[in-house]
Amino acid sequence: MESNVMRLQFDSRPENESFARVVIAAFLVQLNPTLETVTDVKTAVSEAVTNAVVHAYPRGGKGTITLAAELLPGEQTIRIEVSDEGVGIPDIDQAMEPLFTTQPEMERSGMGFAVMQGFMDSLAVTSEVGKGTRVVMTKKVGGETPEN
Amino acid sequence: MNEQRYATAGKATVTRDTVTVQLEGELDHCSADRVRASLDALIADQHVKRLVIDLNGLSFMDSSGIGVIIGRYRTLSRRNGSIAVRGLSPQVDRIFQMSGLYQIVEKCR
Ligand SMILES: Nc1ncnc2c1ncn2[C@@H]1O[C@H](COP(=O)(O)OP(=O)(O)OP(=O)(O)O)[C@@H](O)[C@H]1O
Ligand SMILES: [Mg+2]
Repeated sequence: MESNVMRLQFDSRPENESFARVVIAAFLVQLNPTLETVTDVKTAVSEAVTNAVVHAYPRGGKGTITLAAELLPGEQTIRIEVSDEGVGIPDIDQAMEPLFTTQPEMERSGMGFAVMQGFMDSLAVTSEVGKGTRVVMTKKVGGETPEN
Repeated sequence: MNEQRYATAGKATVTRDTVTVQLEGELDHCSADRVRASLDALIADQHVKRLVIDLNGLSFMDSSGIGVIIGRYRTLSRRNGSIAVRGLSPQVDRIFQMSGLYQIVEKCR
């Protein structure tokens, strides 16, 4: 089987957080994932997309978020990319530390990146201040007994 | 599609100083404000000392939910109150564990 790629752009609106979760779950179905894997991937995508909505375009600014994914059936792996063209992250190592947040007053807990790391197999973040941020995550989906 | 419903605070019961409330649907950044407001209304009365949140009907939660829980914990701890949760899915339980929420929130049955 060949790999399968999808790419989707949408506005940085809170309503699109659940939209992105539904999209990634529907795309992932082709690899016959367990329900647990689907939930893990939805959670990680929700974190990345929410970060783009909340942090990339601050003060109600509107921008575009891109969600791209590739299914690699040979390796039974999904590769997901969430990118924005927003403000960027000045210090990525600091941003990825658990409990680090620039929005404590908004009751954010600084756990988004930690959750992505915990629910996926790999996580890589690249960013340039003033240009935007790209989050790339992979997860192995094969080697399980599908529940449906 | 039931699965995509935004989280809301459902049925709530009050016994003495304890409020028990059920959260239903998906708790994310988009639905957090509404859930926050409903929970704050339920514990607005200074006599409320304990908030029990039943998460059995919660189909999804991400890190936005952590902030919602911690915020309510702050309010209650100022009056020597506490928060307990029950009915967590394995996914939500993992998020609670990862974030250290169990240091301030009791898991009950
Ligand atoms: N796409 C992004 N653009 C700009 N800054 C970002 C982006 N994603 C994350 N950040 C920065 O990294 C910090 C940490 O992100 P993380 O998701 O771990 O926590 P949070 O979003 O602050 O809180 P939580 O996810 O727990 O609600 C954010 O506070 C923000 O400063
Ligand atoms: Mg976040």
